[in-house]
Amino acid sequence: MMELKTEPVVINMGPQHPSTHGVFRMRVTFDGEVIVDMEPVFGYLHRGIEKLAEERTYTQVIPLTDRLDYVASMTNNHAYVLAVERLAGITVPERAEYLRVIMDEMMRISSHLLAVGFLLNDMGAFFTPLMYMFREREKLLDLFEMVCGQRLTYNYMRIGGLSHDIPPEFLPALNRFVQEMPHFIDEYDQLLAENEILLARTKGVGVLSRELAINASASGPVLRASGVSWDIRKADPYSVYDRFKFQVPIGTAGDIYDRYWVRIQEMRHSVRILEQAIKGLPSGEVMAKVPPLLRPPQGEAYAHIESPRGELGFYVVSDNSIAPYRLHIRAPTFINLTTLRDLVIGWKLADAVAVFGSIDIVLGEVDR
Amino acid sequence: MRFKRYGAGIAKGMALTLKHLWRRPITVEYPEERLIPSKRFRGYELVWYPERCTACATCAKACPQGNIEIVTSRGEGDMYKVEKFEVDTGRCMFDGLCVESCPFNALAMGQSYERSSYCRGQVVLSKEELTISEERQPSGYARPEIEALQPEQTLLIYRTGGVR
Repeated sequence: MMELKTEPVVINMGPQHPSTHGVFRMRVTFDGEVIVDMEPVFGYLHRGIEKLAEERTYTQVIPLTDRLDYVASMTNNHAYVLAVERLAGITVPERAEYLRVIMDEMMRISSHLLAVGFLLNDMGAFFTPLMYMFREREKLLDLFEMVCGQRLTYNYMRIGGLSHDIPPEFLPALNRFVQEMPHFIDEYDQLLAENEILLARTKGVGVLSRELAINASASGPVLRASGVSWDIRKADPYSVYDRFKFQVPIGTAGDIYDRYWVRIQEMRHSVRILEQAIKGLPSGEVMAKVPPLLRPPQGEAYAHIESPRGELGFYVVSDNSIAPYRLHIRAPTFINLTTLRDLVIGWKLADAVAVFGSIDIVLGEVDR
Repeated sequence: MRFKRYGAGIAKGMALTLKHLWRRPITVEYPEERLIPSKRFRGYELVWYPERCTACATCAKACPQGNIEIVTSRGEGDMYKVEKFEVDTGRCMFDGLCVESCPFNALAMGQSYERSSYCRGQVVLSKEELTISEERQPSGYARPEIEALQPEQTLLIYRTGGVR
């Protein structure tokens, strides 16, 4: 008998592939059907936002931050203005802080709906769960549009507060959403949490070990699914998060199912934070006294917040001019993506798609 | 993976999708039926009031992209005459910073959202095209007095009948 001679095959997946959530490319090496190596290639959406920020005033950078993580723009706004406020030593009115928390948590729900929906869509639950989740997301986008006039690129937060106060019809609508949303989350659970096909495809697949998650400095739901209790809202409270009671859901196995489960549970707790924030919302100004052309003193500041995808940090250096001397963005998905190679090796291509979807990347943020 | 009763979870999910058959549809047939956007809608175009504008170029300085081009000449007295007021909406981010910065309320965001064109030249809007008119109406973004006059936004949250 003659030995069969085999060779590994390299398959190019992306950049235009429906399950890569943007323009991401994977060069996957196969031995038969099993992945033996994977090389991520990104940078197709690079716009040089960090450099562009250096020639814009501090206020003009805010619309640029909308374009980073474009499914959770409000948290980007928040992280950036927080960094500049720390740099310039500005205190924000309490009402603005509460509204920022409300916006952040609405954003978290809307972003997780999208993440979970597309994960299920990638695994073959073709568009039914995604459309159910889009329906709830649409309600939130309506509310965002009511507040700031746009559905995706909000440009709502300003250095020292917010650009506008909320209109009077905002709170009744949000109250209704807060009452309805837990039922809809139960519906999602009923739809797929016990589905045998989903369980078979996600349990034990793409396990990110606790050690690797910490060593790769992963953050957000990806880290928490691996059993590490690390949430910046608890660990280093910013804004008024220390006044709310909520829990941080933690996974155990670190597989795809746990990442899915952590996101679903986080939505429940976000709804709880929204309830408390609406109750405690004080009245008053939403904008502090800030000069129109801000010149922060020389120095540097770093602010990080818990964005829906993990630790989003902005590092700002000022040389006392009207524009930042240097702006660096710690993008959570970029760093979570570094674990992808270890997660997919040994699995098949269809599993790689599911693992990739469970990390939940947004290319606008990865490439910046 | 092994299951006790294979298919029970799938049936449970299917029951939910079946329930959706009796729910009210939330989508609309767009060109025939239109939803009303927000009162503060940052629409596709800017609306310019020629009589209020003093050509101070605060809007041009506020724009992160440098989209607004203003050319002036000496007018009567201390006033400047606006020769050219051009906005390249092809590069515009619609962030509304120009509208917020205008000290004379001479600029507002627009209401329309359907403006596709066949060539890039058509998206550069001139002084005449930007001027307020019948079909070019301002939205209430950063203009509370206009916001009070706008119709109520259609909210999806009130269109669906909740969970049943």
